[in-house]
Amino acid sequence: MIAALLFLAALVAPLPDPAQEARAQALEEEIRCVACQNEPISQSTADIAVDMRRLVRARIAAGDDDARIRTYFSDRYGDFVLFRPPVKAETWPLWIAPLLLLLAGAGLAWRARGAPPADDIPIEDEL
Amino acid sequence: MITELGLFLAALALIASLAQAGFGLYGGHKGDARASAASAACAQVAAFGTVAALALLIAAFIRSDFSLAVVANNSHTDKPLLYKIAGAWGNHEGSMLLWCTVSAVFGALFASTPGKLAPSLWSRAIGVQGAVTAGALIYTLFLSSPFARLVPAPLQGASLNPLLQDPALAMHPPMLYLGYVGLSMPYSIAIAGLIEGKVDQAWARAARPWILIAWICLTIGIAAGSYWAYYELGWGGWWFWDPVENASFMPWLSACALLHSAVVTERRGSLAGWTILLAIIGFGFALLGTFLVRSGVLTSVHAFAVDPQRGYAVLTLFVLALGVGFGLYAWRAPQLSRPSGFVAFSREGALVLNNLGLSVACATVLIGTLYPLLAQAMGAGLISVGPPFFNLTFAPLMALTLIALPFGPLLAWRRGDMKAALHTLWLAGAGAAGAALGVLLLTTKGISTALGLALGAWLLIGSGAYLWRRIRQARGVALPLAVWAMSAAHLGLGVFVIGAVSETSFRQERSALMAPGDVVDFAGEKIKLAEVGSHRGPNYTAEFGRFESAGNVMTAERRFYPASQQTTSEVAIRPSLGGDLYIALGDRTKDAGTWTVRLYRNPLIELIYLGCAMMALGGGLALLRLARRRETAPAPEAAPAPRPATASL
Repeated sequence: MIAALLFLAALVAPLPDPAQEARAQALEEEIRCVACQNEPISQSTADIAVDMRRLVRARIAAGDDDARIRTYFSDRYGDFVLFRPPVKAETWPLWIAPLLLLLAGAGLAWRARGAPPADDIPIEDEL
Repeated sequence: MITELGLFLAALALIASLAQAGFGLYGGHKGDARASAASAACAQVAAFGTVAALALLIAAFIRSDFSLAVVANNSHTDKPLLYKIAGAWGNHEGSMLLWCTVSAVFGALFASTPGKLAPSLWSRAIGVQGAVTAGALIYTLFLSSPFARLVPAPLQGASLNPLLQDPALAMHPPMLYLGYVGLSMPYSIAIAGLIEGKVDQAWARAARPWILIAWICLTIGIAAGSYWAYYELGWGGWWFWDPVENASFMPWLSACALLHSAVVTERRGSLAGWTILLAIIGFGFALLGTFLVRSGVLTSVHAFAVDPQRGYAVLTLFVLALGVGFGLYAWRAPQLSRPSGFVAFSREGALVLNNLGLSVACATVLIGTLYPLLAQAMGAGLISVGPPFFNLTFAPLMALTLIALPFGPLLAWRRGDMKAALHTLWLAGAGAAGAALGVLLLTTKGISTALGLALGAWLLIGSGAYLWRRIRQARGVALPLAVWAMSAAHLGLGVFVIGAVSETSFRQERSALMAPGDVVDFAGEKIKLAEVGSHRGPNYTAEFGRFESAGNVMTAERRFYPASQQTTSEVAIRPSLGGDLYIALGDRTKDAGTWTVRLYRNPLIELIYLGCAMMALGGGLALLRLARRRETAPAPEAAPAPRPATASL
């Protein structure tokens, strides 16, 4: 792995197994380049992003699963590096909010339901 | 001299818009027609002042007057004329002046078309719009004046960020600003309605054209920005859930919800309170968008011009606008509420569902965008909320909403016939199932791609089935423009979904190290780097790579702009139905004579932009119809109405 870090070239060799390569590409979409403004390492051309891509592949080749690789990166760079925030105490409001809002909104809409007012505005199919 | 004249005109516009606010609100309150007329006249003066000031600023850019700080910092004598002009709003100060100009011009347009609006509502709306313009002008003149002098004047300017020197981007900011500021008009009309204490069908009729204008401009502006990102940033993608993209998407989502709820308010008199709230929130999102872009509180690839001090001033305007809006709403809402029931399977029911989905989706984008800030403020450390979050939350929410879409037009007002609607939609259901099965059986992609394409087919065939039914029922009589407008927008959404899902799921990409003469295999074709050379443009030097594949020649460039010491990439794109072939030339490797080359195949990406164009066209047709109705029919609808709608709030 150290050797992989020292070996600086612009490109990362694809993994021989297509399934592993697909996993690597999916993970690279979700890991943030630490030197860039707001880019995943899959897009960035920064040297560090290339190193991080190589690291993802090295961990996959070593047999780690996706969760282990995410933890590996967040242990070293903090949660900032993960575009998919891990579900924990600090982030559960974030993950639960959309569902709560949907339920609250649906509840409100359900309550507003009822008999339509007794008027006869033309029932014409118009905007 | 021109500079001082510009400053004077902007100051004149400020005085005029303050007077516009005073006269308008007073005239509305006292029912004084002379004060209202004075307010309308002030609106014309404010519009004249801002337009002339902006024209003088553009003139300073064209003449490269580097004694103006904003010109010196953002322009250069070598820049092509188009980008000298676009440079006038490609920076903070100029873009704020554009903001003021749009606000003043919309106010003047509204003032000059009173139509059948109640004079007091009309007068108050002009007044509120005057206050909005005045607020923006105070901020522009005192905190970020585009007419500030630079002494001594430099001989040469620092040039415009080369990434921004692009035709799509010359159009992107003005369209977005038209959309953002366009939402100030529904806001002003909503505030006027709240002061009035009466929000009825006439109110909705007055607000709808302005909602449509804002929504159309936002649609075009966002699509142009996305297209620019696609071919200019060299990443091969078109949407990144970047905070600044979200900042423009939230106003779009709320304008889209407002667009639909205003239809209910106009046609049925119901949902008035909700429509008002959306109009206030929509303008809030537009101000929040301006704040997020200008303050740099969020790390973004789009952070072109940031300054925290100014950000907080925009935040003050934001809090003020929302505070006034919500305060009035809380005061007046009890008077607005009226039992306005609806049954689930009706046009109203479908539109309520539309509003529920769009609002929750919009709130989700808001939470995802701001959560990193909140987490940091509460000491939870730095976190990132990126595309995976939005794909897991926004996408399913939106998908659920879109499943309901084809039912909407098929259900009548008050009480719809669900059975008949289902009967009309059988083909759409079959098409959706076919698309899903096709993906699962014929490709290696999973269930999310299958569901996405099924949704696209459902929308497209479902909206088509509605249109077909209307054409058949019309028996040769021309269909109402409204039907075409709605169908164009809904079909466009289907086209967009198919393009977005295809591009995201079936995109292929590959990086390669290539020397001239090398050939790589990519997506079933052999692509050869034929030669690498260099040439000189008007204000840049470029290194280009010429690629050949199957007899086609494509050229990708890397441009270096010495004035700003920046490099940009000009990708080579060969559009085709099977998928754009997209090639970006990267860095030359340090030792060997090879270049990094990135290759992408983006299937059906054109559909994304075609879909957006169709949505904008639908909006345009709807606007045309509202304009025609204004000329011809005084009553809400020329349909066989037994008695006029009495539904007030």
